[in-house]
Amino acid sequence: MYEHDVIVVGAGGAGLRAAVAAHEAGADVAMVTKLHPVRSHTGAAEGGINAALREGDDWELHAYDTMKGSDYLGDAPAVETLAQDAPEETINLEHWGMPFSREDDGTVSQRPFGGLSFPRTTYAGAETGHHLLHTMYEQVVKRGIEVYDEWFVTRLAVTDEPDPNDRTCHGVVAYDVQTGKIEGFKARKGVVLATGGPGQAFDHTTNAVSCTGDGQAMAYRAGAPLEDMEFIQFHPTSLPSTGVLISEGVRGEGGILYNDEGERFMFEYGYANNSGELASRDVVARAELTEVNEGRGVNDEYVHLDMRHLGEERIMDRLENILHLAEDFEGVDGLVEPMPVKPGQHYAMGGIETDENGATCIDGLYAAGECACVSVHGGNRLGGNALPELIVFGKRAGYHAAGGDLGEAEIETGYADDVEDDDTDLPITPGEAGIEPEGVAADGSGQVTDAAGSLERAVEAERERVDHLLEKDDGVQHSEIRSKLQQAMTDYVNVFRTEEGVKKALKIIRECRQEYQDVYVADPSRTFNTDLQHTIETRNLIDVAETIALGALVRDEFRGAHWRKEHQERKDDEWLKHTLISWDRGKPSVWYRPVILEGEEKTYEPKVRSY
Amino acid sequence: MSTQRQKQPDEPETQEAPTDQEMKAEASPQQKRLQRKREQQSAREASADEGEPEEETVHLKVFRYDPEVADKQEPRFDDFHVPFEKGMTVLDAVMYARDHFDSSLTFRHSCRQAVCGSDAFFVNGKQRLGCKTQISDLSQPIRVEPLPHQEVVKDLVVDMDHFYEQMHAVEPYFQSEDLPQGELEEQRQSRENREKIKMSSRCIWCGACMSSCNIAAGDNQYLGPAAINKAYKFAMDDREEEEIKEHRLRILEQEHGVWRCQTQFSCTEVCPKDIPLTEHIQELKREAVKKNLKFW
Ligand SMILES: Cc1cc2nc3c(=O)[nH]c(=O)nc-3n(C[C@H](O)[C@H](O)[C@H](O)COP(=O)(O)OP(=O)(O)OC[C@H]3O[C@@H](n4cnc5c(N)ncnc54)[C@H](O)[C@@H]3O)c2cc1C
Ligand code: SF4
Ligand code: FES
Repeated sequence: MYEHDVIVVGAGGAGLRAAVAAHEAGADVAMVTKLHPVRSHTGAAEGGINAALREGDDWELHAYDTMKGSDYLGDAPAVETLAQDAPEETINLEHWGMPFSREDDGTVSQRPFGGLSFPRTTYAGAETGHHLLHTMYEQVVKRGIEVYDEWFVTRLAVTDEPDPNDRTCHGVVAYDVQTGKIEGFKARKGVVLATGGPGQAFDHTTNAVSCTGDGQAMAYRAGAPLEDMEFIQFHPTSLPSTGVLISEGVRGEGGILYNDEGERFMFEYGYANNSGELASRDVVARAELTEVNEGRGVNDEYVHLDMRHLGEERIMDRLENILHLAEDFEGVDGLVEPMPVKPGQHYAMGGIETDENGATCIDGLYAAGECACVSVHGGNRLGGNALPELIVFGKRAGYHAAGGDLGEAEIETGYADDVEDDDTDLPITPGEAGIEPEGVAADGSGQVTDAAGSLERAVEAERERVDHLLEKDDGVQHSEIRSKLQQAMTDYVNVFRTEEGVKKALKIIRECRQEYQDVYVADPSRTFNTDLQHTIETRNLIDVAETIALGALVRDEFRGAHWRKEHQERKDDEWLKHTLISWDRGKPSVWYRPVILEGEEKTYEPKVRSY
Repeated sequence: MSTQRQKQPDEPETQEAPTDQEMKAEASPQQKRLQRKREQQSAREASADEGEPEEETVHLKVFRYDPEVADKQEPRFDDFHVPFEKGMTVLDAVMYARDHFDSSLTFRHSCRQAVCGSDAFFVNGKQRLGCKTQISDLSQPIRVEPLPHQEVVKDLVVDMDHFYEQMHAVEPYFQSEDLPQGELEEQRQSRENREKIKMSSRCIWCGACMSSCNIAAGDNQYLGPAAINKAYKFAMDDREEEEIKEHRLRILEQEHGVWRCQTQFSCTEVCPKDIPLTEHIQELKREAVKKNLKFW
């Protein structure tokens, strides 16, 4: 058993910032992370950090852009906190030595980004996330903060009161990947989840293989609601074989999209007659898939992004890193041939419901970063708004978890008697109801602690679960279930969503859940058993994928990144509200809470989101 | 205990390559290019005794070891035949082998795009990032081994603790005391100075350089190229004051520091981020001399 004041789970940008903040607030803090911190997916972010730093810009403009980008599903207190705190937090990174790109006068550079009314995206070459991650890790090293790296957290120790709002989190259970040891980590003050996104729920994603929604699934099963899970951003230009992202820069510089017949489809088929290739991410992504579905895709899979006409000189000057990406990861030379691209899952706007202080409805449980939903991004995240979210809300969550006072939050969390319940007819019973658990493999869920929240019992339950998985000799391997799940999500819950398709996905997810009862781990070793780790992750993906599909089914409108074939309009009368899904002892239920559009000084009036 | 290694009906060695639709799509430009690449490759390797690369499958020979599992306690190589796909990397190939043939095949990986630094392997006798190495650039069979000079934990996983210790030994954090007073005031840095530290700041901690270095292999306390490069990033950054730079140089010119380097360039050759490591080390030596520091 290990014991600290604050346990931060995950060491990407959000987790590292939370740990530093908790440490500065005087807490004894430790990080528990399945990857060494510098391996976290934050390192993949290229574009930059939005912050209103310059004359002519101010936080209110940033808040306005963010709210508009969110399609009016961001909560004003969160959006305004982000915009107000981002400048200080960004400069703070500079003070910690982050190598930002510079202007002639030596100040940090900013550039324009989609959906921003001012060029406020602060960047460090094409490697902003890499530098942010390493700079933050340096600060953790400097402070001597304890890092348990390659420790995989499998369960939260949360008390078992009937109402999740009454529960308390006392720590986590983790598995040492290197040795196979399972241990409890007691948190005297709080646990901060900063486990990143659930991109691996999809077959094709720009996210790392470690992005398996673990924190979301664990918090969900412990009783914290997941919010707005249906809002998934797809990026229109990812490489087909790996999902590696080709940035908007190529289209910004004049790159053209062609179908297999050599047609410039954005114009020829009227998807975006004005902006063409530069239309918003979701429009371009849907256009590409329509081309493929109608038989005009290259190899029935992707389209071509051509930049050859820009000429070698311009390409080398502005887009050199793209050449390397295409060469290294797709074996394609962008100077002599077009690059294959297709839409890929990119970002999850939804996540663990928190208030603007990072707190969930469970006492002592916090969340920040992509795994959380504060909610800043609402229906759609603007490019460059995720990294500031990590540092702004990571800091707040860490500080609050350490006992710091941030004042009363305006955003409410947790189910309340006066909220609206959903009454959509579901094609299946979601969750675990009706599934006969075979031993403890089906478990990993729910409360196993008593009212005292004993960590020992949680540890015991995890040891049994792992023993079961390792001792079982045959059955299904997780990779089969995982790829079936990913395929269903990509087929039916991607940029195109139909009622029928989403219902199909829910049925397949249900099948995956049933098959998982029979899952086993073929590798018997306790040493670095990634098979075991991935098997447990797959269970998390099932729960998270189900919430994404449930949200996609109940929300019958088109808002932000969520598009429904039968409902291609935003319905403000009905849908200015968040979708929340709560798990109660294996049974999920869907309910709603109105969005908060009243800011400090003004109310954000929903307008048409056109650019 | 569960079964050792699942005996699959389609054991890797006998696995027939599934026919790959895309392989036959003659017209695709990628395909042509890969074809071209393969031709060039086989021309280059005509003399190599491995023979020509196979058309449709990739033959991997992967190092296996697990201290806990009876038939893996003695290190061995397993053969896998993986269907080739356009753009396939070494990482893709070992992932395929793991997901289809043997789920106990173990290696670190995460980002698949050369930013997390998890998957440096010893591929055909050279340190390379699995995700950044195209299969079509390699001769077959492709030997995939863990990084040399590091303790093997299991299969392709090596113990990175020593590498991390060396990285931490150079005080790898910014140390300026002289921060601007005004709220939201950044420190100024010239573009030239930013450019100077740019390459050094790209390191992804993959450990390839350290593994390739003879000196590091012989002197366990040698800081190694990555850690020295990390120190370079701070020492050359004008935002830190002169005294701190001197302090950094003092750390670097200690017995197991820069003077150990014999400019063999092996680190520079393997670095997947193209960091001119040897040059950086040389420059630090010159700085140390300039500062009249004692050297060994
Ligand atoms: C290719 C790409 C480009 C992007 N570009 C931009 C950009 O330009 N600007 C921008 O603002 N945003 C960008 N984003 C989005 C942004 O990078 C991410 O949303 C953000 O980095 C997520 O950070 P995080 O700290 O929440 O999670 P991550 O960085 O993913 O870290 C998650 C951490 O949790 C740990 N973890 C997970 N599960 C467990 C577990 N079970 N037990 C223990 N530890 C666990 C992991 O080890 C890891 O340390 C981009 C995203 C991608 C994919
Ligand atoms: S210097 Fe290059 S080879 Fe060495 S750890 Fe860094 S990225 Fe890897
Ligand atoms: S998988 Fe991240 S560097 Fe290769």
